[in-house]
Amino acid sequence: MTPLLELRRCTIRFGGLTAVANFDMAIGPGELVGLIGPNGAGKTTVFNLVTGVYQPTAGDVLFQGKPLRGLKPFAITARGIARTFQNIRLFPSLTVFDNVRAAFNLHLTHGPTHAWLRGPKFRAEEAEIEAKAIDLLKIFNLDVHREVMCKSLPYGDQRRLEIVRALATGPKLLLLDEPAAGMNPTEKGGLMHLIEFIRERFDISILLVEHDMRVVMGICRRIYVLDHGVSIAEGAPGEIRRNPKVIEAYLGEEPGGGKD
Amino acid sequence: MNRARVILGIFLVAVLAVSLTSETYLAGKLAYYYDVLITIGINVILAVSLNLVNGYTGQFSLGHAGFMAVGAYAAGSWSNHLDPLIEGVLGGAGNPLATNAALVVSMLFGGLLAALAGLLVGIPSLRLREDYLAIVTLGFGEIIRTAILNTDFLGAARGLSVSGNYTNLFWTYGLAGICVYTVLALVNSTYGRGFLTVRDDEVAAEAMGINTTRYKVQAFVVASFFAGIAGALYGHFKAFLTPEGFNFFRSVDVVVMVILGGMGSTLGVILAAFLLTVLPEGLRALAHTTFMPPHLQGLLENRLIVYSLLLIVLMLTRPQGLFGDPSAVKRRLTRPKP
Repeated sequence: MTPLLELRRCTIRFGGLTAVANFDMAIGPGELVGLIGPNGAGKTTVFNLVTGVYQPTAGDVLFQGKPLRGLKPFAITARGIARTFQNIRLFPSLTVFDNVRAAFNLHLTHGPTHAWLRGPKFRAEEAEIEAKAIDLLKIFNLDVHREVMCKSLPYGDQRRLEIVRALATGPKLLLLDEPAAGMNPTEKGGLMHLIEFIRERFDISILLVEHDMRVVMGICRRIYVLDHGVSIAEGAPGEIRRNPKVIEAYLGEEPGGGKD
Repeated sequence: MNRARVILGIFLVAVLAVSLTSETYLAGKLAYYYDVLITIGINVILAVSLNLVNGYTGQFSLGHAGFMAVGAYAAGSWSNHLDPLIEGVLGGAGNPLATNAALVVSMLFGGLLAALAGLLVGIPSLRLREDYLAIVTLGFGEIIRTAILNTDFLGAARGLSVSGNYTNLFWTYGLAGICVYTVLALVNSTYGRGFLTVRDDEVAAEAMGINTTRYKVQAFVVASFFAGIAGALYGHFKAFLTPEGFNFFRSVDVVVMVILGGMGSTLGVILAAFLLTVLPEGLRALAHTTFMPPHLQGLLENRLIVYSLLLIVLMLTRPQGLFGDPSAVKRRLTRPKP
């Protein structure tokens, strides 16, 4: 079976710096995969490679067996890859509802002319989108805030809204960039449930980039570990936890015998 | 939003009624006020259309006068050469049907040519952001002006006489109404939320599947079209065009209206267009009252000084503009860079 997303020996260099080198990754349909690594390991760079923000210097990114090379980010989202951002990037001048509504833009069958004429086709589609957006917000208990400016939501709700907005694009693969950042342990627990729930409810694959080991180990079946742009391990959480290379990358080299 | 169409309809009928009943009287007996009234309408079209680019879409265009010039000169030379043809078909010169038809056709020609210019300038330059875009659009405006200045066909520095001053209240305010409707209808839809997402966060917008370049070009083309229409109205009103009428300061005037009104607030921008057209006239009237000391007259007559003062005071006390969203300013200052 072809994987949903496949990275084949992806390399990207910025000037003299190789941010990611010969990285291979495959995500199957419905899989929840983790990508971890210490600060500056290249996790977000991998995200940016997949979403078209950067083009790989060498290697290929394939989605559903088709290469994504040369596609702009919006076109990649149209293929079915949605993402959230490490530092929440909602549309600050829009309400909660409009943030989600804007993400339906991708599937609109009407254009500016219809918006100008306001004919029956336009009104029907607007009503349909409104219903869909409200449904999505309801699933995440955000519908009560629909007319609130998104910036005035509590932090955790903003994180969730960003996920809702990504889901509104109708993705087959959802990329979550450090969703637990800035959350307390209780919120992190809730987030873990939420991610599991999303995967089952929407029947999508999820790639989770995360700093917090507990979150990743808790929900991912398979984990990739990056260090200095190089893949150092891949496997189930149990194996990763015991892998000496991973421990070294995270905790530093074990001190040698005589030295302190 | 069907309400909007009804309001537009009522507005158009009202303007038509005013135009039919009092146009001749106003233009004859109150020529000065009539002049101001038409200028307000033209400025509303300019400011509201620019607001789509500078306000809603968050780009910074300084070339609106350039597009206005394209429309004005295109419509003007169209009329100079092709009006006899239209008049021949529609009952001869002076026939209201013929003059109105001639105005509409030349306006459309001016608007479409300006929109084409917007497309040609927009596609390459909208990859640039903010100040860089401002410089490119400024350059465009100057190129247009200089090109006209050196084109004998368009009268060069001598200026171009436009045959027929057809502009009337109905078309000026009717098109202002249509311009306002267009901008509001575009922005207030799922499709149109795309303009706002481009302003808010381009990277996030792209990640949500929004083709930001297409939105920017569209905003630019629509705004240019209406700038061209405004130019055509202007040309058919003054019946005489000079390249100097479309210089950099003309663009700045419109930008000031947008900023004063509050970027992204159509109501505020309409109000600002009104205020900034009436204010210099009011100041002039004030300067010529008998009790005004002579050394203050010169100051009051110079609208640039008042402009600057007004802007300084406004920016200090209300940086978001009259009707702007206060958080928009903070956002502009702290906008995330990709």
